[in-house]
Order: sequence, then C-alpha cells, then structure tokens
Amino acid sequence: MSANDLLLRAEGLTALRDERVLFRGLSVSVAAGEVLRVEGPNGAGKTTLLRILCGLDQDCEGRIAWPRAEAAGRPWREELLWLGHLPGLKSTLTAEENLAWLCALRGRAPRRPLREALAMVGLAGFEDLPAGALSAGQKRRVALARLHLEDAPLWVLDEPFTAIDRAGVEALEQLLAAHAQAGGAVVFTTHHAPAITSRSLLLGKAA
Amino acid sequence: MSAFAALFRRDLALAWRARGDLVNPLGFFVIVVSLFPLGMSPDPALLARIGPGLVWVAALLAVLLSLENLFRSDRDDGALEQLLVSSAPLPLLALARVLAHVITVGVPLVLVSPLLALMLNIDGEPFGVLLSSLALGVPVLCMVGAIGAALTTGIARGGVLVALIVLPLYIPVLVFGAGAAYAAGLGLPFAGQLAILGALLALSVALAPFAIAGALRISGSQ
Repeated sequence: MSANDLLLRAEGLTALRDERVLFRGLSVSVAAGEVLRVEGPNGAGKTTLLRILCGLDQDCEGRIAWPRAEAAGRPWREELLWLGHLPGLKSTLTAEENLAWLCALRGRAPRRPLREALAMVGLAGFEDLPAGALSAGQKRRVALARLHLEDAPLWVLDEPFTAIDRAGVEALEQLLAAHAQAGGAVVFTTHHAPAITSRSLLLGKAA
Repeated sequence: MSAFAALFRRDLALAWRARGDLVNPLGFFVIVVSLFPLGMSPDPALLARIGPGLVWVAALLAVLLSLENLFRSDRDDGALEQLLVSSAPLPLLALARVLAHVITVGVPLVLVSPLLALMLNIDGEPFGVLLSSLALGVPVLCMVGAIGAALTTGIARGGVLVALIVLPLYIPVLVFGAGAAYAAGLGLPFAGQLAILGALLALSVALAPFAIAGALRISGSQ
C-alpha cells in the first residue's frame, strides 16, 4: 500500500468525557478501498470518535492527518462526506430543496440530477414533499441520497442503517462496497454485522 | 451554485415558508414604541425630543429577540454539522446566514420605522437622519448579535445569556445611532455620527463572520 492510498491517519487520540476515558492513545488509519466498522457497546465513544475524525469535536488530544489531501494540496474537508445521527434536513423544505443546498455546500455540481438520486434511494414521487412530512426512514434515505450525488472519497457514516428497511439496508451495503471498490473508503458505526466490513475497530474494552 | 448563494437562498426560502414568524419582531417593535406615549406623556414636544432614542432602543431589543433561534434550529436538525464539515469557508457561510437575517428581519424593521417616527412627532431633518441611522445600524446589530447567538447555540436556554453578551456590545451603535438623530433635532452637525455608524457597519461585516465561525465551531463540538 503506497502512502498515497492513505486517506486519513489519526494518532494518539484521547477523549475524556466527564472525567471518564472513552479511549486513550487510539490510532486509526483509513486507506482507499477500506470499509472500517467502528463497533462497541452504547456509550463506548463510537460517535465521539467519528465526530473527532471529522473535526466536529475538538475536545480531544491527538493528531489527525489527511495524507492524500495534503499531497494534492486540497482542503481535507473536500475529501469528507459526513452523515451523522441527525439527517440535517430542514423540515419546511422539500426533499429536493434540501439536497440542493446540502450538495451546494461542496461547491461542485452534483454527479447526477437530484431527482435521479432520490429515485435511487426509493423516494421517487416524494421529491416535492416537505421533509417534515417524511417518516424517519424516508428522511434517512434523503440524507443517504447524497452518497449518490457527491464525490468525496471518504464517507464517515454514523449509524447509517438506522430506520432503514431490510431492502434498503441491502442496497446501502452494496453501495458502500461499491464505493470502496471504486477507490473510496467508508468509516461507519452499526450494531448489526454487515458482510462488507473489511476491518473492525472495537471500542469500549477496558483501556 | 456557490455554497454562499445556496445557503442564502435556503434561508430566504425558510423565512418565506415560516413568514408568520417574521411578524413577531416587527410587532414587538411597534408595540414597545407605542407604549411610551401611553406610559409617559403624549406631549408632542417631549416625544420629538426622546423619540429617536425610543425607536433605537426598541429596534435594538427587537433584533435581540429575533436572534435567539438564528443557529438553534440548524443545531437541532443536524444542519449545523453539515455547515461545519463543509469545505466552503465557514465565515462565508456565516455571512450568508446573517445577511439573510438582515433582509428578513432587519429590513422590515427599518421599513416600519417611518411610521413610528411620525407617531412620535419626529419630522423634518431628524426624521431622515433617524431612518439613515437605522438603515446603517440595524445590520450592525444583526452582525454583532449573531456572534452572541452562535456562542449560546449549544446551551439549552440561551436567551438571557445572548442579551447579557450582546447588549454591552450594542452600546456604541445605540450611542451614535440615537445621537445622530438627537443632534439633528438640536440643529447640530450629525454627519460624524453617521460616518461612525458606517464604519461600524464595515467593521462588523468584515470581522463578525470570523467571530461567528469560531463560536459555531465551539458550539458544534458540545
């Protein structure tokens, strides 16, 4: 594996919450083609780790580097697509309008028409409904439609399978695997054990 | 479409879909100003003298009232996280948000103020100066207030805290804004006060976005 394949390298991550050590001296690296599953019991710090990797949580120690972005002279945030617990949709905007502003934050044209992406996540016919009128699973699907639209290599997904039905879970697993095969990488948390995982990181064991 | 334009358009669309909420600061502004003649004295000479100050204080409080939820809804639905991880410069995104707020809340306040000025018997030169000072000053109030709103976004009930953080910063704007109209009423030169308000506007547009961005990063990591 050449250094160019390394998308993200984090070293010596230490996170404390209320004087409780979530993890200490943790090192994580993510290379192109990898699907890394972060697992552990509730409260083990999975979401915290993901938020730290995305730069959302700055209350930690350690170093995070983005070797490929640095080598290419790009801002590292261009390499990153983050989907958190909350889908980030405005309830009075339609599904399509929500995707439009979320994708525009990247400053590049989406890879395909927004309606096509919504159809790909099973929401054909729901484009013009306010996001507030959608079910939890449908909202999650709107957020996941961004995976079809944006061209960031590293996807960091917090519980992406929540509220998704069985067929949707299968389609999403295939999408993640295809993304890794195409040279991308995925870091995600989930409580079921998908077959697509190439590596696991177990949090929450006594440090 | 650039991230700035997209976010600006999004905020205008959000404001339009919830346009009932836009009436709240406006109604507050009108009611507070109309309480003073009732509570003090309807004497036209007195009202003309204290009127500019009343309009300014009421406008300041109305802006303050509108700020509490500026970033709160974005935090509650996860949109703030998406702004924070965006590769677009965060100060620029903050500027887009505040600019939309100026247009949806600040501009209506300035537009309704001539009515209140007439009600308080302000006319002639002070009338024009009061309107100019509000047009220059209300955007400053929005920019500076947004820093306080961003700082308290992570706190459950930050309303009073926003006021405590922001009101001291509002003092120079109030002094020069109300002072310009007051000076015009006395027949004194007022161009200096308006020039300082303009300078404050330029300064706040140039610097506040960076402060807002820094505050949002702190609030976002709580």
